[in-house]
Amino acid sequence: MTSTNGTTSTNGTTSTNGTTAAHRAATDRTTSTHRAPPGDVARLALHQFPYDLRAFLRNPQSRFFTLALPVLFLVIFASVFGGHNTVKVPGGTIDTSVYYVPGIIALGIIGASFVNLVISVTAQREAGVLKRRRATPVPAASVIAGRALTAVVVAVVITTLLLVIGWALYGAHIPARTAPAMAVTVVLGALSFCCLGYALASVIRNEDAAQPVTQAVMLPLYFISGVFIASSVLPRWLVDIANVFPVHHLVAALLTAYNPHTTGAGFAWTDLLIVAAWGLGGLLIALRRFSWLPRGG
Amino acid sequence: MTRAGTTEDVVIRVCGLRMRYGPFEAVRGVDLEVRRGEIFAFLGPNGAGKTTTVEILEGYRRRTAGEVSVLGEDPQRAGPAWRARIGVVLQESQPERDLTVAECVRLYAGYYPAPRPVGEVLELVGLAEQADSTATRLSGGQRRRLDVALSLVGDPELLFLDEPTTGFDPSARRAAWDMIAGLRSLGVTVFLTTHFMDEAEHLADRVTVIADGLIVAEGTPETIGGRERAAAEIRFSLPPGTALADLPAPVLAALADGEGDGARLLLRADRPLTVLGPLAGWAESLGHDLLDLEVRRPSLEDVYLALTANEREAAA
Repeated sequence: MTSTNGTTSTNGTTSTNGTTAAHRAATDRTTSTHRAPPGDVARLALHQFPYDLRAFLRNPQSRFFTLALPVLFLVIFASVFGGHNTVKVPGGTIDTSVYYVPGIIALGIIGASFVNLVISVTAQREAGVLKRRRATPVPAASVIAGRALTAVVVAVVITTLLLVIGWALYGAHIPARTAPAMAVTVVLGALSFCCLGYALASVIRNEDAAQPVTQAVMLPLYFISGVFIASSVLPRWLVDIANVFPVHHLVAALLTAYNPHTTGAGFAWTDLLIVAAWGLGGLLIALRRFSWLPRGG
Repeated sequence: MTRAGTTEDVVIRVCGLRMRYGPFEAVRGVDLEVRRGEIFAFLGPNGAGKTTTVEILEGYRRRTAGEVSVLGEDPQRAGPAWRARIGVVLQESQPERDLTVAECVRLYAGYYPAPRPVGEVLELVGLAEQADSTATRLSGGQRRRLDVALSLVGDPELLFLDEPTTGFDPSARRAAWDMIAGLRSLGVTVFLTTHFMDEAEHLADRVTVIADGLIVAEGTPETIGGRERAAAEIRFSLPPGTALADLPAPVLAALADGEGDGARLLLRADRPLTVLGPLAGWAESLGHDLLDLEVRRPSLEDVYLALTANEREAAA
């Protein structure tokens, strides 16, 4: 009611057991001034990578949500909405079933590099796994790059799988001249969403929150970004909202590389730039906030 | 018996260490010295500042004030070469998910410049038979062994064990003690935190007790807190048909008043034989045996509880 109320809130965050903001600020800031040589970072990232990949492949949840679900989505959406329907795309029209291939590839990339990464990194942090690794000489960059490499490799695998299904079931194939654009878009998309994944993991308090938070972020974006429903049939204002976020631009870039009407090499530079900018933003947040220690939320 | 305290022999040196979280000071001026090759036990109740201190020594936290040197370097500025020389077993950490025991150890071996052979490390911690088991399927005791394996695979000079046997059943604790005692033969210096007195007594060369952020005692398990000089406690029941007044004078003089419950008496004596001699002669002359006679020194736990209780009162 009076202005005196405004002065009491700042010091209200402390407690005797120390699990507070002040506490956290005092911890985990011991970033070493010793930088490991780049050769060591790369060598240790390559050492880390096969273990992360193996752990990914052995985990039934990872296998289902990251590998099986996109395949299931492609088959279901293409079957339900495909048939003789077509979708308007730049340069002409394509079968709806073909249209779904790049959209579901985007979902596959995001599943591998964002959703799965957020969940597994949060779980590792809360279980003390990252903290234990921090006590060893392994550089932070190696742990992060090794995990990101797993995400990129899985994204490439799921993309290949979906392209093969699109070709075998719906007769769609990417022109050879846009294949490099497809490859670049997949890798750049996967790397950008890895960075966004590390940024999101750094603000999620615990493992239980990781799954719902990633889905709450991504599901609405899938619906308005042309993954499940073609952007050409969505209301303008929804597309305008989607335009702000990277999912829409990843889908657009993949569609450009995949669209048989595309002329030229198929690089959607503007979309790629926006995806990369989001990735860079994510990287900056991750670098500032990434924590090796459990947050214990 | 005692080791020379020369500088090369000192692995950890801490001077005036302070750690403040907001208005709460968890560590309030701690001095420590750990020598090469010893098992050093750091005792204290929960919340006394044990884990905070250890995590500063391990390089996880930045201290508020004080000097800290671990293996000749300041942990908060030390790099990968320093980390390669230490091993850390955290109070709480779970195994790497979806990897086998051997894969976990191989992963960690790859982090170090000169690791021990994986098979040798698994032998050492007694997990050779579980090498191909998924790490998350291990029992609590086995998981802790895996933690120790991961901390040893880099061939450290100094090993931090933060409450390594909390939550263990007695047989698992015994097995863990044997394993830790075995590290001595590897020449590893061990910094052990625990709140189990028997653990410190069983394993440690030297013990330091922290309470409310301050060191309240240090010494060997036998001498800490003046334990070796403390009065012995003598308990026995009066034989049937005798009364208190019948006891010989030296025995009566040692009677700790108000502490005899019913017929059972408690005596305290700095030199127990001066009491036990007359007592035994007296009982024998009457044709009695003292069936429940008990003589004991204060246990490490008694000393510890007294030390930490004093500190709590002083703080209150």
